[in-house]
Amino acid sequence: MEILYDCLKAFFVGGIICIIGQLFINYTKLTPARILVTFVVSGVILGGLGIYKPLVEFAGAGATVPLTGFGYLLAEGVKISVEEKGIVGILTGGLTASAAGLTVSIVLGLIISLIFKPGDKT
Amino acid sequence: MNLTNKEYEKLNKKSSKPTKHVGTLTGAFLIGGGICSLGELLAHVYIKSGMIIQDAYMLVSITLIFISSLLTGLKLYDSIAKYAGAGSLVPITGFANAVVSPALEFKSEGYIMGIGGKMFTIVGPVIVYGISVSVLYGLILFIFQSI
Repeated sequence: MEILYDCLKAFFVGGIICIIGQLFINYTKLTPARILVTFVVSGVILGGLGIYKPLVEFAGAGATVPLTGFGYLLAEGVKISVEEKGIVGILTGGLTASAAGLTVSIVLGLIISLIFKPGDKT
Repeated sequence: MNLTNKEYEKLNKKSSKPTKHVGTLTGAFLIGGGICSLGELLAHVYIKSGMIIQDAYMLVSITLIFISSLLTGLKLYDSIAKYAGAGSLVPITGFANAVVSPALEFKSEGYIMGIGGKMFTIVGPVIVYGISVSVLYGLILFIFQSI
């Protein structure tokens, strides 16, 4: 039962974050790339201000899966590494925290591009 | 009903625009929410199998990136995006789609500048600004820590 409740919370919070993105598409002329940048940068700022963490604790994947969650991950990573390593941590925190996601995206991007043909419909 | 063109246009605008917007918002909510709740379900499975919470959510993102990259390769992600709008753009699956889609499309331009270069057409800016803002945040944190 707890799983169902958690999934519902993730559904609503994640859904609402996507509605915000859709409002950008409907009412502004922002391109998808600009919207993605806006979401990640907002995530870093909200994470830095300590606003996003309670949302992650409440909604789990509903807050970590949207790209604001990627921004939050960057902010958290920097925070932890600055505490641990000081000035070097400013530079290592962001990429360290997001290493897995970025690496998987890049490697899979390459593999999928090598395997599949452009424009072929299945 | 006798209507001039202008009146008809007005009526048409009145009745069609909001439904389109309500439709896209509903699509974004349902599909975006659906992707997130799938993520939450996976997180529960990973945590049950003995993973610590942070790693579990990391693996959730990785799993979703994998699914989305594959669906993009199979040309299925765009069919979802047609109904989902931001619902398939904003989640991490949209990020993976934005990596694979141009890389595959520009495959004909070669392995280096085609796949390797075009891969970052959309996500390049995301990484540039995300990392830069995080460095700025780190700098602010460091200054406050040192005081």
